[in-house]
Amino acid sequence: MSEAAAAAELAARASYGRLVAHLAARWRDVARAEDALGDALVAALETWPRAGVPDKPEAWLLTAARRRLVDGARHAHVAVAAEADLALMLREQTDDVGQTASSDERLALLFVCAHPDIDEAARTPLMLQTVLGLDAARIASAFLVAPATMGQRLVRVKAKIREAGIRFEVPEHREMAARLPPVLDAIYAAYGSGWEDVAGADPRRRGLAEEAIWLGRLVTRLLPDEPEALGLLALMLHCEARRPARRDDGGAYVPLSEQDVARWSRSLIDEAESVLATAARFAAPGRFQLEAAIQSAHAQRARTGATDWEAIALLYKGLLRCAPTVGARVAAAAARAEARGAEAGLRTLDGMPPDAVRTYQPYWALRAQLLTTLGRANHARDAFDRAIGLTEEAAVREFLMTRSADIR
Amino acid sequence: MQFTILVYETQSELAARTDPKRKDAYWGAYRAYTKALRDAGVMVGGAGLEPPRTAATVRVPEGKRRVQDGPFADTKEQLGGYYVIDVPDLDKALEWAARCPSAATGAAEVRPNMPPPPTPA
Repeated sequence: MSEAAAAAELAARASYGRLVAHLAARWRDVARAEDALGDALVAALETWPRAGVPDKPEAWLLTAARRRLVDGARHAHVAVAAEADLALMLREQTDDVGQTASSDERLALLFVCAHPDIDEAARTPLMLQTVLGLDAARIASAFLVAPATMGQRLVRVKAKIREAGIRFEVPEHREMAARLPPVLDAIYAAYGSGWEDVAGADPRRRGLAEEAIWLGRLVTRLLPDEPEALGLLALMLHCEARRPARRDDGGAYVPLSEQDVARWSRSLIDEAESVLATAARFAAPGRFQLEAAIQSAHAQRARTGATDWEAIALLYKGLLRCAPTVGARVAAAAARAEARGAEAGLRTLDGMPPDAVRTYQPYWALRAQLLTTLGRANHARDAFDRAIGLTEEAAVREFLMTRSADIR
Repeated sequence: MQFTILVYETQSELAARTDPKRKDAYWGAYRAYTKALRDAGVMVGGAGLEPPRTAATVRVPEGKRRVQDGPFADTKEQLGGYYVIDVPDLDKALEWAARCPSAATGAAEVRPNMPPPPTPA
């Protein structure tokens, strides 16, 4: 890659979200803002190798993108839209070019992406594209959707934002409580799809977890008084701290209970603990704080050498009250099994509706493990087969097959 | 809606079928995958295919029969089998394809099955 191309890409990566937020906030149209910025990037790749990389690449891109938007508005035939655009054109021409999106504008863009009118499944992909500038193919891979389908979904959702006139603003404080959860959910979903790529083997997904943490930090910086936002950040940091321990040197899968605590990142754990402590001062527990507290309890093993399963089982009880997801119920069963024995854990699993767990891999993996402990070999092998058949990752598949073969 | 998952395997995976050291892992993974499809109630049918060296390819250009040894396409990954599944949409089909053992080493291609052609009036 030439120096100019590298500079363009660097400027794009560093400032894409800010530039889109700035343009979209003024033009009330995510799709047009992105198109204009895309054109500006193409223009940069044409111009910079000849004329040299400008001193302020970001300001250059913004100026070029604005010119596209203004030109586009001049050619627009719709009278109503043109009227609003005209006012904007005046403003754009008088605005200081060096001044790009304020933090509030990026936060507003996050709230636009997680607006209640937008289909839940589209929120995280939209956020990844507009705030972080990831391309549709990469987002499609992370969410296991055909790239063409993801592209269409993103186009449709941006058209909806324009047609529904969804406003680009951070909600009033009263409304915030209702509007923040979908923002946090979308960030967590982004982290989750990066998390599954344990080994970092898939270059298309690598870095998605880091991007999600970056968004989490952004929200806590802009809304420092939201305990659940702090809880989410603490949760992601705790999970991230254990990433290096999830595979051994040979690349084999290592379950949490067998991880070498020396491979956990102490600095990430320390940061997670301090963020969670700040959240706790608000005395308003919620789903993310409870999940972070569970991870915090696991992290204690690095200091004490033991895991307090009674405490973890209790935290799961609290979590199930506010977020009774299938994943939380399976994890709660695992904690119960550790605290009260395999029989108790199995009873919890038996209480789950069959439809909800039919294709849920962790349910079958835990079931297989508990049946093995209880000496019910044939049932255990059956459950292992189900878990193996539902596994995507080769390393996890191998791990389960070894455990299944070890049953006596 | 029916989809076909085409199981593309590398030479090494195809060799694992009979390699004494690797065949248990190979067959175990496919047995488990097939079981998961059946237990979830989405399996319609499918088959494993004998390796490409057993293939013969027929063409009849201009009415003249020509038979060649070997598979139609000579690529790094070869068709090793297929599954036909019945799921609500493409997203679900991709979820199942991602669990196919060949997805980790070779590839799992997903195609929607065509509906039966209209019956002539």
